[in-house]
Amino acid sequence: MTTLVDYDEAVSRFDPVLGIEVHVELGTATKMFDDAPASFGEQPNTSVTPVSLGLPGALPVVNGKAVEYAIRIGLALNCQIAETCRFARKNYFYPDVPKNFQTSQYDEPIAYEGYLDVELDDGEIFRVEIERAHMEEDAGKNTHVGATGRLQGADYSLVDYNRAGIPLVEIVTKPITGAGERAPEVARAYVSALRDIFRALGVSEARMERGNVRADVNVSLRSSPDAPLGTRTETKNVNSFRSIERAVRYEVSRQAAVLDGGGSVLQETRHFHEEDATTSSGRVKSDAEDYRYFPEPDLVPLAPSREWVAEIRAGLPELPAVRRRRLRQEWGYSEEEMRDVINAGALEVIEATVAAGAGAPAARKWWMGELARTAKERGVELAEVGVTPAQVAALQALVDDGRVNDKLARQVLEGVLAGEGSPEEVVTARGLEVVSDDGPLLQVIDATLADQPDIAEKIRSGNLGPMGVIIGAVMKATRGQADAGRVRELVMERLG
Amino acid sequence: MADSTDLPRLTAADLAAKLTAGEVSSVEATQAHLDRIAAVDSRIHSFLHVNTEEALAAAADVDTRRAAGEELAPLAGVPIAVKDVVVTKGQPTTAGSKILQGWIPPYDATLVERLRAAGMPILGKTNMDEFAMGSSTEHSAYGPTRNPWDTDRIPGGSGGGSAAAVAAYEAPLAIGTDTGGSIRQPAAVTGTVGVKPTYGGVSRYGLIALASSLDQAGPCSRTVLDSALLHDVIGGHDPRDSTSLPEVPPSYTEAARKGADGDLAGVRVGVVTQLGGQGYQAGVSAAFAASLEELRAAGAEIVEVSCPSFDAALAAYYLILPSEASSNLAKFDGMRFGLRVEPADGPVTAERVMAATRGAGFGPEVKRRIILGTYALSAGYYDAYYGSAQKVRTLIQRDFAAAFEQADVLVSPTAPSTAFPFGEKVDDPLAMYLNDVATIPANLAGVPGLSLPNGLSDGLPAGFQILAPARADERLYRVGAALEARLDQANGGPLLARAPEIEVKA
Repeated sequence: MTTLVDYDEAVSRFDPVLGIEVHVELGTATKMFDDAPASFGEQPNTSVTPVSLGLPGALPVVNGKAVEYAIRIGLALNCQIAETCRFARKNYFYPDVPKNFQTSQYDEPIAYEGYLDVELDDGEIFRVEIERAHMEEDAGKNTHVGATGRLQGADYSLVDYNRAGIPLVEIVTKPITGAGERAPEVARAYVSALRDIFRALGVSEARMERGNVRADVNVSLRSSPDAPLGTRTETKNVNSFRSIERAVRYEVSRQAAVLDGGGSVLQETRHFHEEDATTSSGRVKSDAEDYRYFPEPDLVPLAPSREWVAEIRAGLPELPAVRRRRLRQEWGYSEEEMRDVINAGALEVIEATVAAGAGAPAARKWWMGELARTAKERGVELAEVGVTPAQVAALQALVDDGRVNDKLARQVLEGVLAGEGSPEEVVTARGLEVVSDDGPLLQVIDATLADQPDIAEKIRSGNLGPMGVIIGAVMKATRGQADAGRVRELVMERLG
Repeated sequence: MADSTDLPRLTAADLAAKLTAGEVSSVEATQAHLDRIAAVDSRIHSFLHVNTEEALAAAADVDTRRAAGEELAPLAGVPIAVKDVVVTKGQPTTAGSKILQGWIPPYDATLVERLRAAGMPILGKTNMDEFAMGSSTEHSAYGPTRNPWDTDRIPGGSGGGSAAAVAAYEAPLAIGTDTGGSIRQPAAVTGTVGVKPTYGGVSRYGLIALASSLDQAGPCSRTVLDSALLHDVIGGHDPRDSTSLPEVPPSYTEAARKGADGDLAGVRVGVVTQLGGQGYQAGVSAAFAASLEELRAAGAEIVEVSCPSFDAALAAYYLILPSEASSNLAKFDGMRFGLRVEPADGPVTAERVMAATRGAGFGPEVKRRIILGTYALSAGYYDAYYGSAQKVRTLIQRDFAAAFEQADVLVSPTAPSTAFPFGEKVDDPLAMYLNDVATIPANLAGVPGLSLPNGLSDGLPAGFQILAPARADERLYRVGAALEARLDQANGGPLLARAPEIEVKA
């Protein structure tokens, strides 16, 4: 059993230093070096060409769109964009790498020397320095078939090359120092901020659960911020924000225990285990691992023109952090409300709802209330809950015009969610409009008052206490279609 | 109609003329070559695979289209042989290696697509040193090709099969590939013509890579004009090869026709000091000197140029080539295609299957170069080996640039010696590597080179090499055709006509 030091204890005596490598799969139509579709979920080994299968004679050609996306990412991370850069071969034998080398960038990345300002939970801004962002191709996928489902003890293994050659950008930070006890939060917030940037840039769907974004987290401890860097471990393929936070936390506690016991941390890769938030030893990194990098002779150097880079820069969308600040101001939300909206993934739908004419508070109320609950019940994203922002805005317009009250509005929403049509169609079909013609309403009120003469008398004598009883009865009789405010007014009129 | 046994003796240009004139059909021409192959190839072994059915079908298709009055490419109906390092859809492609035995490529190389589009029936796939590593075809996993001039001697390599096929009249044309001389040196020792185009001039898509930065496909033929005609078919930009030159090449056929008038007035010909003299066979040097006289007589100005870095070319080449090859050949692992060997005992893991497959599938020369290259690229050695070699390469490019200031073309003997007997150098890699000493600089610099037969030394053909600046391949054809015309006139016909008859099976 691995000994651990309590986290707070560990960070009180050690200074954690992070290094994070994030791989993002680009959402290009075709692969990095050939015209096989870069699609997800196809039958195994169907999205392949001689190039992505590494057949003899096949040659790579760089996907220009992938280069553009890599430059977008580099610019969004405040990087320099290389005037000329090269691809290199990283040589190693593994069945999921069809050529037995990965075409990557080594000493000449397309983007380098940048930074990202990351907003922490309390609104504090933490700057993460970026060392480089480079392009490479993904590997295929191995499936080990046998009792264990793992490589050890497998009867045989299957390889699917659909993923082989999908374009990746790898973003490498410089050592992240100064995070102190907030290191796990910084790690999580950084990867989360990157994810949002990828989406905003339109370079990737950036779905963590599909492995579109994968993080390798390096952690080391040192005795104080002035001490030299300690030996690091690299926890590979941590694929959710929560896991990233937990992996860092665990490694800090584990390494502190190793150091406390007089031992030294082994430089190694580690695996993260979701079920109990622990890491375990992978392979020891040693000098024996030699990838024999050399410049890829099948590809000419890449020289993105300054004009092109300027054009890409000019076309960059507003970045998520800037946009959030702007929207929060425009909408008048509190910091906390805004964070909830973002965490619920409701920013886009609320923005669209406001754009369709609804007020920001009302839009938030719908999406964070009724619709958030429905989405959760149905296990879908808010955007796929079954009602569009335009429909929510139309529904709110009915409320604003006094044509339905809150209670009826929820019924209208139910109808829309049930696929009965637009809010207007549901109102008509279900006959849900607030009764605004006083005639029929007065008949109901008169009948109600006649049924309850003693209560009517109390109200007439100025005791408004039992007013609710009358209104309730009227609402019941009209199946909620009456406007309660109007009922009150009419009762007062009737009873002088 | 011509006697069908004479058809294989025709040059590609003459055969094309007869096809166009309707004097002969492509089926007849193709069949005549298939008959010739059947008659002599058991002796020569130029072919690893003969493509009878498909070739005849392609020929019949061309004949039909011609009969229908369709406008056809100049070489339509002229059959061709293709080196087995070039992938051909539906036809075996082994690169001379056991590791690809039985592999049928699912796609065509770009140059093969262009041959098919031009209506050229593909007779079959020619023998070669395994993965184009060698200068004699003795490293073919399927046995050597024999030199039609003397079947006890090597036909050169790696493209000995393509050169011998052309020399033995089994094909009027062939495709070769040249990484350090594999088109030019076999041409020299078989008395044929071979051209290595400018790097990027012919698409490498579908060439099984030896050394990506050096490999270049090109024509093999019996005349300079025939090479030009074939070069015009296979050259030009290919978007599937990132290193392919973007510009539209000029007509090499035109350049060759222009050169055939034998007039080289005003052309400056540079003799490279470093590519001759010591280490070159006396007969080879004598033939070279005689050819210089012919060029001078044609009006060319002969100048001496010095390229001092060429002395380091062979050493640099044998670092760059194995380095790139060690990576290019990594894909042959038994996982996806070709040979798969399971270890004799112990667990059958992917790593052990890869090791067993490569151990059984690669021959000794391939293993030697993979080990060399793996070593040269290793951490701690990279700068000293691969890095230094790339610097030498830059120096060689500078030497070429300086030399081409003084001369329009450079010339040298193609190879230091004529064809040597089998077995003489196969166990001495360094002696074998020296065959390419004059051809390698062109590959390192990416410049084009042509070899044409220029005389006999002890009854065996010698080769004359012409080098031009990158993207100026047309100079090779003009100067080559001019020299060829004068030599033919002086000799009373092509050199190859003096080759002994091959014993033909009755």
